[in-house]
Amino acid sequence: LGSRASLLRLYHRFRALDRNKKGYLSRVDLQQIGALAVNPLGERIIDSFFPDGNLRVDFPGFVRVLAHFRPVDDDDSGMRDPKQPEPLNSRMNKLRFVFQLYDLDRDGKISRHEMLQVLRLMVGVQVTEEQLESITDRTVQEADEDGDGAVSFLEFTKSLEKMDIEQKMSIRILK
Amino acid sequence: MEGAELAGKILSTWLTLVLGLILLPSAFGVSLGISEIYMKILVKTLEWATIRIEKGVPKESGLKSSASVGIIQRDESPMEKGLSGLRGRDFELSDAFYFSKKGLEAIVEDEVTQRFSSEELVSWNLLTRTNMNFQYISVRLTAVWVLGVLVRYCVLLPLRVTLAFIGISLLVIGTTLVGQLPDSSLKNWLSELVHLTCCRICVRALSGTIHYHNKQYRPQKGGICVANHTSPIDVLILTTDGCYAMVGQVHGGLMGIIQRAMVKACPHVWFERSEMKDRHLVTKRLKEHIADKKKLPILIFPEGTCINNTSVMMFKKGSFEIGGTIHPVAIKYNPQFGDAFWNSSKYNMVSYLLRMMTSWAIVCDVWYMPPMTREEGEDAVQFANRVKSAIAVQGGLTELPWDGGLKRAKVKDTFKEEQQKNYSKMLVGNGSL
Repeated sequence: LGSRASLLRLYHRFRALDRNKKGYLSRVDLQQIGALAVNPLGERIIDSFFPDGNLRVDFPGFVRVLAHFRPVDDDDSGMRDPKQPEPLNSRMNKLRFVFQLYDLDRDGKISRHEMLQVLRLMVGVQVTEEQLESITDRTVQEADEDGDGAVSFLEFTKSLEKMDIEQKMSIRILK
Repeated sequence: MEGAELAGKILSTWLTLVLGLILLPSAFGVSLGISEIYMKILVKTLEWATIRIEKGVPKESGLKSSASVGIIQRDESPMEKGLSGLRGRDFELSDAFYFSKKGLEAIVEDEVTQRFSSEELVSWNLLTRTNMNFQYISVRLTAVWVLGVLVRYCVLLPLRVTLAFIGISLLVIGTTLVGQLPDSSLKNWLSELVHLTCCRICVRALSGTIHYHNKQYRPQKGGICVANHTSPIDVLILTTDGCYAMVGQVHGGLMGIIQRAMVKACPHVWFERSEMKDRHLVTKRLKEHIADKKKLPILIFPEGTCINNTSVMMFKKGSFEIGGTIHPVAIKYNPQFGDAFWNSSKYNMVSYLLRMMTSWAIVCDVWYMPPMTREEGEDAVQFANRVKSAIAVQGGLTELPWDGGLKRAKVKDTFKEEQQKNYSKMLVGNGSL
């Protein structure tokens, strides 16, 4: 899941964020990070730490989310035992992470309505409703292959197959 | 009886020593060089310890880190580049990647939260409190550490507490006495003497070694002195080299007694809690104060809260709207000898002072800088930023645009709106889709 040193670093960070020394983090602890609070997708990112209505995240849970962003090392890929579950930082799982930022109700599909909501988060009040709707329509149309008006995970991955996910979705912890 | 006599004798010898070696020289502003010798021994010991640690720790397991570099590799390119596009491009599903990566990066490490906890040291300085990642190296090192603990707690701490006690009592008594005199230049001179002596005693109570640079720029009467804020000790450090009029709230307890005594001898500007909320009243009183050229310069810390001395945060514009000449001062502590940062959410005042008194020493540099005034067409915010940059550059601190108030409050929505604006501009660019 990361070298021992990086894990220790993350643990110190976890402790630093846990202001009241509760042993776990709540939404408020994450909301107090300035740079996260101004991020348009801030609330959604915080959501990903609290799946299934949880109100607390402990250190293993914290690391599990961050593990999605571990850079993909070349030496991992050839040697992996296919029977073991895919590592969290695989391309598929990175895509799944972002998919879940869009897919609010976790039904496996990004509906037009969900797309609209995420777009609205990213642009705030700067764009009119009509403009936003047309952007949404266009995006859904482009990605939607089976014509059900929503973007499933497969359609999502297909539309992004040319993208260098590994580079865009990796955070490298310095030694 | 014998025990009491012996104790009495020890106490009196102790007090005479203290008086002779510390108090009297303080009154005359003279140094006997004892603290210099102490510092030299201390520096040698710490150097030795560092070498031992570096020899002892194998290269791959050591967690060497530098607080300024950060722990993750950052791609600081602006939003446009990160979103791999040109202006006026269309929305892509992958745009969310950029924001999620930035968000997660902020969770792992952000510029601001780390400023509200003590700076990490590059090498251990033999204090348990800074021992984050260092493991057992050798018997000798541990022995030195134990010796250090003994020296700090059994020798230095009682000495320092005595000095602090004497210093504060003298301040209160002295200023009250001087306050009885009618206004005259004698009164001012005496008040300065009392202030300076007591501050010097208190600085010695912390084993403080302060280097003042550029004394020619020391703040003059009728000006405003601004400095970066790390702890309440900043005040002590500045007043040892000159008298200032302080600005602040009236507190209760010990602080309140000190404040009320001080204001009798020389005009400080203390506000009741209710008055602090009325910004116009505050500005008015400060303006009146500096208009009187005979009054001492005002001392203000525009950050509004204690920061951990690795960076300078947003300066609140209130102090810069008053007018007058601003004398910036940069204060930088050397963390190797003792961490001066007051983490008010973690420690209250008393435990903070105890921590200070059980550190090795407080070593800091104070740079006085040339005075600045607001220029034509510059508003208070720009002026504040200009002064802030100057102080950051002088003290070797990083400059951050964030508000120190983030320690306790959430960030304002206006910053989020800015990000949203930037993104929208990219999407909708020329107004066409």
